[in-house]
Amino acid sequence: MSYLLRRLLFAIPVLVGVTSLTFLLIHLVPGDPIEILLGEQASQIDKSALRAELGLDKPLAQQYVNFYKGLAKLDLGNSLHSRKSVSAELGERIPATVELTLVAMCIAIIIGLPLGVLSSVRRNSWIEKLLNSYSLVAISSPSFWIAPLLVWIFSIQLDIFPVSGRNELWSVVLPALSMALQLSAVLIQTTKTSMNDVIHEDFVRVARAKGASASTVYFKHALSNAIMPVITVMGLQFGALLTGAVIVETVFDWPGVGLLLFQAIQQRNYPLVQGCVLLIATTYVLVNLLTDLMYAYANPRVRYS
Amino acid sequence: MRKLYFGLALITLILLAAIFAPQLSIQDPNQMSLPDRYLPPSIHHPFGLDQNGSDVYSQILHGARVSLLVGFTVVSVGVIIGLIFGSLAGFNGGWIDLLLMRLLDMVYAFPGFLLALAMVAVLGPSVQNLIIAMCLTSWTGFARLVRGEILHLKTKDYVTSARALGAGPTRVLVLHIWPNLLALVLVQASFAMAGTIITESGLSFLGLGAPPTVPTWGSLLNAGRRVIIEAPHVSLFPGLAILTLVLGFNLCGDGLRSWLNPRKN
Repeated sequence: MSYLLRRLLFAIPVLVGVTSLTFLLIHLVPGDPIEILLGEQASQIDKSALRAELGLDKPLAQQYVNFYKGLAKLDLGNSLHSRKSVSAELGERIPATVELTLVAMCIAIIIGLPLGVLSSVRRNSWIEKLLNSYSLVAISSPSFWIAPLLVWIFSIQLDIFPVSGRNELWSVVLPALSMALQLSAVLIQTTKTSMNDVIHEDFVRVARAKGASASTVYFKHALSNAIMPVITVMGLQFGALLTGAVIVETVFDWPGVGLLLFQAIQQRNYPLVQGCVLLIATTYVLVNLLTDLMYAYANPRVRYS
Repeated sequence: MRKLYFGLALITLILLAAIFAPQLSIQDPNQMSLPDRYLPPSIHHPFGLDQNGSDVYSQILHGARVSLLVGFTVVSVGVIIGLIFGSLAGFNGGWIDLLLMRLLDMVYAFPGFLLALAMVAVLGPSVQNLIIAMCLTSWTGFARLVRGEILHLKTKDYVTSARALGAGPTRVLVLHIWPNLLALVLVQASFAMAGTIITESGLSFLGLGAPPTVPTWGSLLNAGRRVIIEAPHVSLFPGLAILTLVLGFNLCGDGLRSWLNPRKN
């Protein structure tokens, strides 16, 4: 069986696992979720009405089947507060999260790739030591600490970027930057390690000997051969960005899926919590799948092993 | 080696702060004094006062206890489950290995932070639920590591000779293979501590950790961001505490790894 087919087939049980786990979430609520939502004093009529709406009056197996039937039609039930459908609520929030994660990714690449190359070219110099220290500190700094610091510097002291919201074009810069710093550190280290492996290869020396300029050799010849592990790491880190968005969007009041999840948790809006978790987890699985397939495409050894 | 020592020093600093928190505190971390709120750092209050007029320094000392407690518990449970799970898969091989690894992949595919977030959201916020939720995924990394290493170790001559001398599988595993895993597991545990502490603070930051009466670094940062204009020091110092501890464990992991693997340097 070809690698592609095997990898695709393997994604199916994983997706079933992820969706089943999300389905089970509401059943893990200690006690009766209906009583938690409506309070103990609520009338029996209200209780059974909500129970029927959430489908919790049916046997578990039936609920499970209905969950997948709904999923096939992208019907995830209704939000308990706004009465809108969960998929509509999610749809409204997706563009903001996509914008945030893509901008964060771009910032991380702009910082990480050149510095990673530099770190490899200037091996064992003070530049590499400085970049190593930067990476260690950046990886050890949580986004929910970076974020308020950035706000204090750039919004309050310098008044360049807005404190929160998504009203201006520049609103995205601070939230994206607070997500990007950690990722940039990971990219610096990955690029450096990967470049170190190719920089002593013959083709690099030949290119130098032919008289190509240093920047052409390092960025064109060497980097294009060292880029695959970097892309893989970027794919894997994309998942971290998605989950990190919950925190950063909450800090900056950024109207994306992460903020929606946080709000849903605070309101005990279980169908909406399920919807957000499902969306983020599925995207995460699919991005990982895509990364694996891309890696296999670029690296035939994986396909035939 | 310098990295390892520096890392251990940072960890020891926070560990001492956590153990002697009541002695080192200036006042009860929950003691409020509203007229003095937002007071910037001074000799009496080295890290200043927060929005309730509580001493930030004393709260950080007590917050270290929660972070270390959650970190040690979650990572220990992860090591134990991962060791058993990985050993069962790697040592037995065959269909047991196949089945266990598919199960592991399923858990591994679920983003850990999201799973913990969702679990605490439905179970209700408390330190206990936080630990349970994080333990659900903390073992997967260790299980993978242990299984891979056992696949490699079980073909070694000393394992074969132990078996030839009549040692049963459990004896071979516990007395001959596990001691050789110690170093690798220790390195991974150090990095896992760093990750766990960030996740714990992140969940506390979102209000999904300890109850409000228990000061944590995450909840301090959450309070800090609301008063960032009046009192930026409330955001600065708890973050520095997280950075110190997480950096400590990351350095320790890095240092241990290069100490155990001198060839790579």
